[in-house]
Amino acid sequence: MKEIVIISGKGGTGKTSIVAAFASLAENKVLCDADVDAADLHLIMDPEIKERHDFESGRTAIINQEKCTECGICRDLCRWDAISEDFVVDSIECEGCGVCHYFCPEEAIDFLLNTCGEWYLSDTRFGPMAHARLGIAEENSGKLVTLIRKEGKKLAEAKNLDLLLTDGPPGIGCPVIASLGGAAAVLIVSEPTVSGRHDMERVAELAAFFKIPTMLCVNKFDLNPDQGEDIEAFAREKNIRVIGRVPFDPAFTKAMVQGKTIVEFDSRSEGCEAVKDIWENLVQGLEI
Amino acid sequence: MIISIASGKGGTGKTTVATNLAVSFGSNVQLLDCDVEEPNAHLFIRPVMEEVKTITTPVPEVDMDKCTLCGKCGEICQFKAIVVIGETVLPFHEMCHSCGGCMEVCPEKAITETGRELGVIERGHRNGLEFVRGKLRVGEAMSPPLIKKVREYTRPDILTIIDAPPGTSCPVIASMRGADFVLLVTEPTPFGLHDLKLAVGAVKMLEIPCGLVINRSDMGNDQVKKYAEDEDIPVLMEIPFDRRIAEAYSRGEMIVEAMPEWKERFLGLYHSIEKIAA
Repeated sequence: MKEIVIISGKGGTGKTSIVAAFASLAENKVLCDADVDAADLHLIMDPEIKERHDFESGRTAIINQEKCTECGICRDLCRWDAISEDFVVDSIECEGCGVCHYFCPEEAIDFLLNTCGEWYLSDTRFGPMAHARLGIAEENSGKLVTLIRKEGKKLAEAKNLDLLLTDGPPGIGCPVIASLGGAAAVLIVSEPTVSGRHDMERVAELAAFFKIPTMLCVNKFDLNPDQGEDIEAFAREKNIRVIGRVPFDPAFTKAMVQGKTIVEFDSRSEGCEAVKDIWENLVQGLEI
Repeated sequence: MIISIASGKGGTGKTTVATNLAVSFGSNVQLLDCDVEEPNAHLFIRPVMEEVKTITTPVPEVDMDKCTLCGKCGEICQFKAIVVIGETVLPFHEMCHSCGGCMEVCPEKAITETGRELGVIERGHRNGLEFVRGKLRVGEAMSPPLIKKVREYTRPDILTIIDAPPGTSCPVIASMRGADFVLLVTEPTPFGLHDLKLAVGAVKMLEIPCGLVINRSDMGNDQVKKYAEDEDIPVLMEIPFDRRIAEAYSRGEMIVEAMPEWKERFLGLYHSIEKIAA
């Protein structure tokens, strides 16, 4: 079983639309949405949830006002300024370090496990899917990404499927780092803009750090072909395989509005033809 | 006044709105790029940079001459960032949240703090516009501490515009909390709407007034507008899809540079925000 993770650095380059198209084209795969912070793949995949689990991770301090003598030790030790003058913990600022709980002489501070999201195992018209939803303003997105990828792998192994297709998060921080370790390959979806290039360079550096074979495709290529070619040249310099160009095609948005992949919506559209070529190159590169 | 510009979904046009709003305002304004994982605003503002500062966060260092291997440091650490293994103590700096618990709990005072680099903060200007951005070190997982450091540059006497990261988890909260107004930039697509709802949930939790900018307003459907109406969220600006805007953006040009007539519209956007936030 091999996992391919699709990332972009910059948000909104078309990662999820392209993953959805791959879902139409790939056989014997499990889908995994690792963009747990703002997951969108399910809007196209329309999963039928088979299993639903709470995601528990991290803890938050709560001061028991009846036991508290207002000695102030917790306020002195808290590095997040999360405890107010009247000894109430601000749960948004609380980092979950437990220092206040440990040092409170009155044992007046509880330290409770957080439920910070849900994760699901589902069936879709394209096969099984592992996905999740992190609660608003929650932390530990990296841990949820790690968990959902592990569940995706388990599903693939249990059903004897040889590919895990993972839609990654934007950025280069904790959830992205969590989405890369152990992947067979990474596909970066970039766009031919100054931001797209800047962000692609940073995420490529991160992928190189993990020593994962990396591929690149440039979406909306015709918006600025010069910029697109520059990005491809940069990629080649960094030993990143360039596997295709996708034109700016409103069919992607139209397909999304109908809850379809571009392959389902219009398999002869320019966008779809381009994604098919990229998929073939990807399969060759992965040797699956 | 602090206006934080957020979106839920990435790539909806946060940076476009933040940079055009800041430049239209002209002087007595600062733009803080808090999308520290992928900061882009400087590509459009093209500021003259004046200062670069490396930002670190404290992490433990153990003096093994003093350590008795009692294990209390590993016990208090919630992040598995320090463990006693055999005859030694291993701190894992990348996992450390800098709470100082291990140092506090060590009975032998064997733990002191050194720094882990989070990234850099760069400060500069473009005429009367002050520009500050955080840039997370590639490989660093935690962005909120760096975002908080960028926000320390907030000047209460002038308008502060914050370019927030996408999503709705801790980095976004760190970029919105304490703002007087959150401007949500969205696109009228199912993905845009879904992530907008999450962003609105975050804004409501923080009890900050908000309004919408609908970008590429003629591509997609009318569900975002319907949602805004139902939730009573004002739509303050619509930017239709215009290939000239998209191409200008691709080259690093702002809308107000490519089409100067937009400056009045961005100033109008500011005045609408001012009225609501007052």
